[in-house]
Amino acid sequence: MVLDPEKIKKDFPILNRKIHGKPLVYLDNAATTQKPLAVIEAIHHYYLNENSNIHRGVHTLSEQATLAYEGAREKIRAFIGAKETSEIIFVRGATEGINLIAQTYGRKFIGSGDEIVISTLEHHSNIVPWQILCEQVGAKLRVIPINDKGELLIEDLKKIINAKTKLMGITHVSNALGTIVPLKEIIKIAHEQNIPVVVDGAQAIPHLKVNVQELDADFYLFSGHKVYGPTGIGVVYGKKNFLEIMPPYQGGGDMISSVTFEKTEYNILPFKFEAGTPHIAGAIGLGVALDYLKTLDLEKVALYENELLSYALEKSSEMADLQIIGQSVDRAGVISFNLAQLHAHDVGTVLDRHGIAIRAGHHCAMPLMKRLGLEATCRVSFAVYNTKEDVDSLFKALQKTLEVLG
Amino acid sequence: MEELHDLYQELVLDHSKNPRNFKKILDCNHSAEGFNPLCGDQVTVYLKLEKDLIQDISFLGSGCAISKASASLMTTALKNKTTKDAFNFFDKFVQMVTGKNSESSHLENLGKLQVFKGVKEFPVRVKCASLPWHTLVAAIQEKKGKISTE
Repeated sequence: MVLDPEKIKKDFPILNRKIHGKPLVYLDNAATTQKPLAVIEAIHHYYLNENSNIHRGVHTLSEQATLAYEGAREKIRAFIGAKETSEIIFVRGATEGINLIAQTYGRKFIGSGDEIVISTLEHHSNIVPWQILCEQVGAKLRVIPINDKGELLIEDLKKIINAKTKLMGITHVSNALGTIVPLKEIIKIAHEQNIPVVVDGAQAIPHLKVNVQELDADFYLFSGHKVYGPTGIGVVYGKKNFLEIMPPYQGGGDMISSVTFEKTEYNILPFKFEAGTPHIAGAIGLGVALDYLKTLDLEKVALYENELLSYALEKSSEMADLQIIGQSVDRAGVISFNLAQLHAHDVGTVLDRHGIAIRAGHHCAMPLMKRLGLEATCRVSFAVYNTKEDVDSLFKALQKTLEVLG
Repeated sequence: MEELHDLYQELVLDHSKNPRNFKKILDCNHSAEGFNPLCGDQVTVYLKLEKDLIQDISFLGSGCAISKASASLMTTALKNKTTKDAFNFFDKFVQMVTGKNSESSHLENLGKLQVFKGVKEFPVRVKCASLPWHTLVAAIQEKKGKISTE
């Protein structure tokens, strides 16, 4: 059975909203997705019935909260195909995940003169934490170039990595262009040189079926809010052998097994990396979001979203004034474009008055924009609740935009 | 859709597509750079001041229609005005686009600049319109470094 987008739409209450008197057409999903009622109710239920601190209480509420929180961890493990729940660390989001790895693994194992490789496609969150690390330890950042279509140049990657390369940070799907990176191939090349690979999966998890073991990723991280879950919760997956040799990220409660003023013994995985009371409700909400996606069947979701993407690309090609940015054949969820000579912000403003939410700007990928010779683009990004009617509304409004700004 | 046409009036579109005084004044004695990190708008304002008199004013930069048109109209409004006039215009312009005071009687001497009255209905675009003006003030005062809207 194929997905019924109209039925799915009903699961997301916010989509009933009107914006400037027009029905909301939400096409800014790469920034954050909307939340299904099930997620909103799970958070509500937690605070109404189970709120308590975890891992320490002898009382019933604490036991229930702990079960729910650890249950969410298991759901995430299963969703990304990790071997053990001890490899799943809760963080605030993908950004914190990358900072965690940079400041623990990076600080310990990367030193003066070493090199870290990233790509031109990266979001600022997969650039800046490595720059900070490079400054701290005296390492150097190297960048894999792209072609004009927005695809990584694998041959150049092979030339860039060398004996000094100690780590690679790479996105799975470009947030600005939608390019799907050939991750398996890249990880294989890196592993041939014993280079661990950190994958920013923030834009992949909502669209692709991800199996971290099949990919052989050493670290894989994502944000909950981009995959129908709440904000403020995200996940770092790390292979156990890496996590075990890494120092803790932050010190505090819950990450210890014993503390004296002379010495502290750290807790076992994954708790070593979760100092302080975590975002319990957020973790539970994320677990429910993944349950929701599972009931829709991720393969069907991917097929449906691809259909939507093809439909939108076809419509784009019929519009002479519209220039698509990024021509990668393998793409997920995202179309970046510019309309005539208009600035993306003006287009975004006019679309908003038609109830259509898109992103306009540099998409937190300024080096990529510079490489493409652009200041900004308009970006539409899809989620499972979008429909062909949404795409039609977008293109009608783009025509109107040309009339208003032309 | 009325407010869209109020925002993107003919005059605004004209100035955004054909910006006036869009050049560097080679013998300028004041200048400043303005930047809006949220959207990447950037503008550099060049001034040739003779004591308090703005003998010449120009700008260069890139950004959305609103920021470009605002910079362009600002330069046409301030040529041969005094810096005191400029500060007065700045206050009124900012009050107008933020909606703090958009009474016609208050704005009368702004002349063509009143075309940006519609910006107040678009809170996220206020910074686009005001960036050139903040940059102007910095240029007159010659503050060092880049001016940012954030």
